[in-house]
Amino acid sequence: MTLDARTLDELRQIAARYPQPRSGLLPMLHLVQSAQGRITPEGMEACADILGISAAEVSGVATFYTMYKRRPVGDYHVGVCTNTLCAVMGGDAIFERLKQHLDVGNDEVAEPRDGDQATVSLEHVECNAACDYAPVVMVNWEFMDNQTPDSAARMVDDLRAGVPVQSTRGPRLCTWREAERVLAGFEDGLADEGPSAGPASLVGLEIAREKQWTAPDAEEAK
Amino acid sequence: MTDKLTPVLTDNWDEERSWTLAAYEARGGYGALRKALGGLQPDEIITMVKDSGLRGRGGAGFPTGMKWSFIPQDNPNPKYLVVNADESEPGTCKDIPLMMASPHTLIEGVILSSYAIRANHAFIYVRGEVLHVVRRLRAAVREAYAAGHLGSNIHGSGYDLDLVIHAGAGAYICGEETALLDSLEGRRGQPRLRPPFPAVAGLYASPTVINNVESIASVPSIVAHGADWFASMGTEKSKGYVIYSLSGHVKRPGQYEAPLGITLRELLELGGGMREGHELKFWTPGGSSTPLLTAEHLDMPLDYESVAAAGSMLGTRALQIFDDTTCVVRAVLRWSEFYKHESCGKCTPCREGTWWLVQNLTRLEKGEFSRTEGEEILDLLLDQCDNILGRSFCALGDGATSPVTSSVEYFREEYLAHLDGGGCPFDPAASTAWAVTEGVHA
Repeated sequence: MTLDARTLDELRQIAARYPQPRSGLLPMLHLVQSAQGRITPEGMEACADILGISAAEVSGVATFYTMYKRRPVGDYHVGVCTNTLCAVMGGDAIFERLKQHLDVGNDEVAEPRDGDQATVSLEHVECNAACDYAPVVMVNWEFMDNQTPDSAARMVDDLRAGVPVQSTRGPRLCTWREAERVLAGFEDGLADEGPSAGPASLVGLEIAREKQWTAPDAEEAK
Repeated sequence: MTDKLTPVLTDNWDEERSWTLAAYEARGGYGALRKALGGLQPDEIITMVKDSGLRGRGGAGFPTGMKWSFIPQDNPNPKYLVVNADESEPGTCKDIPLMMASPHTLIEGVILSSYAIRANHAFIYVRGEVLHVVRRLRAAVREAYAAGHLGSNIHGSGYDLDLVIHAGAGAYICGEETALLDSLEGRRGQPRLRPPFPAVAGLYASPTVINNVESIASVPSIVAHGADWFASMGTEKSKGYVIYSLSGHVKRPGQYEAPLGITLRELLELGGGMREGHELKFWTPGGSSTPLLTAEHLDMPLDYESVAAAGSMLGTRALQIFDDTTCVVRAVLRWSEFYKHESCGKCTPCREGTWWLVQNLTRLEKGEFSRTEGEEILDLLLDQCDNILGRSFCALGDGATSPVTSSVEYFREEYLAHLDGGGCPFDPAASTAWAVTEGVHA
């Protein structure tokens, strides 16, 4: 599976963003995943060629970071936070339910059923910086806040059936390969989707507004 | 008397389309940039930030202005500013909503800070697992270029700055500043030996300042309103406002922006307290790498000095709150598994030590020992912590020992209650987010 000319050109564009081209390697590997669905030997060699380093050096980097996958993931990669706070708040129960529901283990793709429009893979993830929305599930690195085992099972059913699913703080979920392209640095025009902030992010601000609390007046401080 | 909550960074999060340049400028955004480029010398900005008392918001609390002044201006290499937006410390969840709701606050801070240290190239290293934040940052950078806030000869000042948004790829260790630099150079994210410090030899072996998102985002308000204004909030040595992130078994988890020095009791009172029918058991003041605290610390001011005096660290003000339904052994084992997974493997105490911690904690949780043997394993566990703390290459190893040693200090009996084959005496279902609702409707 070779990379097409457009992808090779975009890989070069990424390297050119930086004062030293090798800095582009992480986003370049994201683009390889977008183009090929995983980190392939051809993809690593293409990066190595462009950067003038060995394929072994690229492989050393690709194997260090958990977002790089050497085996394909689903169209929708579902990550359940099982770090302590989310686990305690119900993340463990959600992960168990989804393993059972999809009949998979950690970091595996569920077997497609007749009529499925999309595939789903499952992984437990570490803290994703949304603890005030626990328990949290990520789908293709978009937030699905305040989940329960039931809501998570319904969500993966919808994803498999091709029913649109909206991130709780972002746009309608795109595919994993589309997401990887955004991480590589190519905009998809969806930045304006979703709210400014989710409800938990605004809790303190709402209390301050209610009590008319503000930061000190700058003139008085002088 | 300063108000109990002081929204500055969070103040525009409830506005429509707050992430856009139009919304940010409509409330005076980029005013500090115009003020700076209109007549402030770079050194004047460094002095302002020094005088404000701003200390690093990423955990260590190092004075920001002093960090900037370490940049050797006679070094012939280019200078770089790198923003650490790799928010991954368990419990920490402030930078992500900030960048989602108001990326321009950060970008204005980046421009002011880069101008101060005379950098013409800046990077925001954001963790890869937050797609929508990456979108919002990139769109904001595009808008800022189009408006002339970035690029060459910014607003006719002769000052040039390029800003690159760089997405990581899933590695907690990249939050460590020198590992972040290696990662940004396209390598495995492993920490570097210091000295040389990044101020002298950082990115591309050139003078580099690395600051947390919240630190850099605080700079525009300091430039706009003055160092005295900033220093009028907080305590004597911990000045200014910060975001406190409340999560877990509380009625209203979320972000609370307040002057440094507010107490957990006050924050809990504002948020309606613990969830119904339960009591506070243990909490982290600044993420899982900061030693656990208990209800006896409810009235401790949450500033750098007071939390340190209580044997912990203010860290990132990631207040993870656990009530009496939570098994502390389960919690600590899970954190230890995290550190084991995220250890970069560079140094032996951390790579091997975190592995041993997980093994012994797993044995203790299963409880297949007599009390006497259990006591021995607990002592062994503390001995292992002793061999990691202070002997690891970077702070990841030190952090891994925090939950273990502090939990044994406060909850030794609970560890022993797992023994004699009894296993965990807690019902995990009771601590879930939906447990209370089920109880009410049953």
